[in-house]
Amino acid sequence: MAKEILVGKASEFKEGDKKIVPNGKNSEIGVYLVHGNWYAYANLCPHQGGPACEGLMMAKVEEVIAEDKTFQGMKFNHDEMHIVCPWHGWEFDIANGEAVADRKWSLRKFEVDVRGEDVYVLA
Amino acid sequence: MDLPISDIHKQSVKSLDTSSLLKNAARQRDARKFSSFPIIDVDCHHYENESLSEIVKYIDDPVLKQMGMVYTGGGTGGQTPFNPAGVGYQDVAGRVTRYPLRKTETTPGDDQHRDVHLSLRWMDAMGVDYVCLFPTPMLSLGLHPQPEIEAALAKAYNRWLLENITAKEERIKTMMYVPFSDPDAAYETVKEFGDHPDVIGFMIVSVRYQAVHSNAYMKTYALMEELGKPLGFHSNYNWNDRLVGNSNRFLVTHALGFTVYNAVHLCNWVVNAMPERFPKLKTVWIESGLAWIPWVMQRLDNDYKMRWSEAPSLKGLPSDYMREMFYTSQPMEMPDNLDVLKTTFDLINADDQLLWASDYPHWDMDVPSVIYDLPFLDERQKHKMLGGNAIDLFNLDISPRFPNYKPV
Repeated sequence: MAKEILVGKASEFKEGDKKIVPNGKNSEIGVYLVHGNWYAYANLCPHQGGPACEGLMMAKVEEVIAEDKTFQGMKFNHDEMHIVCPWHGWEFDIANGEAVADRKWSLRKFEVDVRGEDVYVLA
Repeated sequence: MDLPISDIHKQSVKSLDTSSLLKNAARQRDARKFSSFPIIDVDCHHYENESLSEIVKYIDDPVLKQMGMVYTGGGTGGQTPFNPAGVGYQDVAGRVTRYPLRKTETTPGDDQHRDVHLSLRWMDAMGVDYVCLFPTPMLSLGLHPQPEIEAALAKAYNRWLLENITAKEERIKTMMYVPFSDPDAAYETVKEFGDHPDVIGFMIVSVRYQAVHSNAYMKTYALMEELGKPLGFHSNYNWNDRLVGNSNRFLVTHALGFTVYNAVHLCNWVVNAMPERFPKLKTVWIESGLAWIPWVMQRLDNDYKMRWSEAPSLKGLPSDYMREMFYTSQPMEMPDNLDVLKTTFDLINADDQLLWASDYPHWDMDVPSVIYDLPFLDERQKHKMLGGNAIDLFNLDISPRFPNYKPV
């Protein structure tokens, strides 16, 4: 059975916030509130082991291509937010933890349980 | 401090602490017992531009020295007389946070140089015993339109480095910067610094347009060979290059640039039979990764068999000579099919010729586990690639074993 780790009070989080909590002695879990949804991922990049959750969270970058196929610039798409590992810049889709450049790689995902005011992660 | 994460958003982040950033590297270090064998990092960096005001004091030429003092004092409207590098953003627009946060890291205000403190932090985290330290912006100095500036700054940097960094920390060595744009200055550099105990070899920055087989350099190579220390070619990118810079994305400029310059120099080195002229001079190809080597081997061998008369001094295939050269591993490409990487290892005789390098703190750095975790290597091979091969190549005295870090 998964152990429950108390993350904190739901009211402590505002949209886009994260909190990194210990998961035993040698690992951590990053807990996020993004677009009203709770997510939790291991603070361990599948690339070389960087602390992925300690990096920035950035919106997906998209190219703007016109109907005539010409390049018109780039834009941020805030509907898809990415966890960015600070070691090398690998980006992971917050919605499922998959590496956006190669989706067979992903952050280890954990379930989040909100009971009343308390937020738990099931590790 | 806040870092911009979009055109309208910012994210609050903590000040940089290298030991904290690399705590997962330290966990790898402990889990894999890296303290049980020596690890040598053949290519890592500091940002010598942050110490430029100290370095320019070592310039001999009074006019260039005065210019340097002005530039490092109050600046001259954003221009620099020293750094010819053009645009670039290796940190992926701030995503690799150790770049924008670099200046927020604190170090003790003691007698030890900040660069030593910072180096030891990441060395301890990764479990590295000794390093070969290289500069950063000076990797573009081979493009400077004034050879005399490369010569003057190289000499000043070399003196400063030996007095203020390597002399203060025995775990830090260097391959001396050779100002290749001025053949006489290159020779004088080897002559002046070549027998210094902290100089474990010589380094030519590869991003330049001089031919390595020019007669002007033969006396310098002869002196290096006599000294018994290897010659490294350290690559870089150059977005102003008309060919490899013909991209609107840094990704391409980096992926190709870091390999093409070394590929050209290596090809010229081989077909001009430099290994026959200087059979005891060992060469190291630095920071080009590994994927380019099978490509060059196959191309050279194929053409050589049809055009033997253009490389008549060779006594074997070009790939035979390449197999006796040394290569640093970083940035080690990690193909999905590891058989590809294993084949590359076999082609270059990696057991004896491959040297692990971190390239820390640069954006595409590698931790030691990139070698240690490869499933097709045994323990003996891992130890050689992570340290043993470098110890042999550079004749390193590792009797005072390091590191003295504390387990996590």
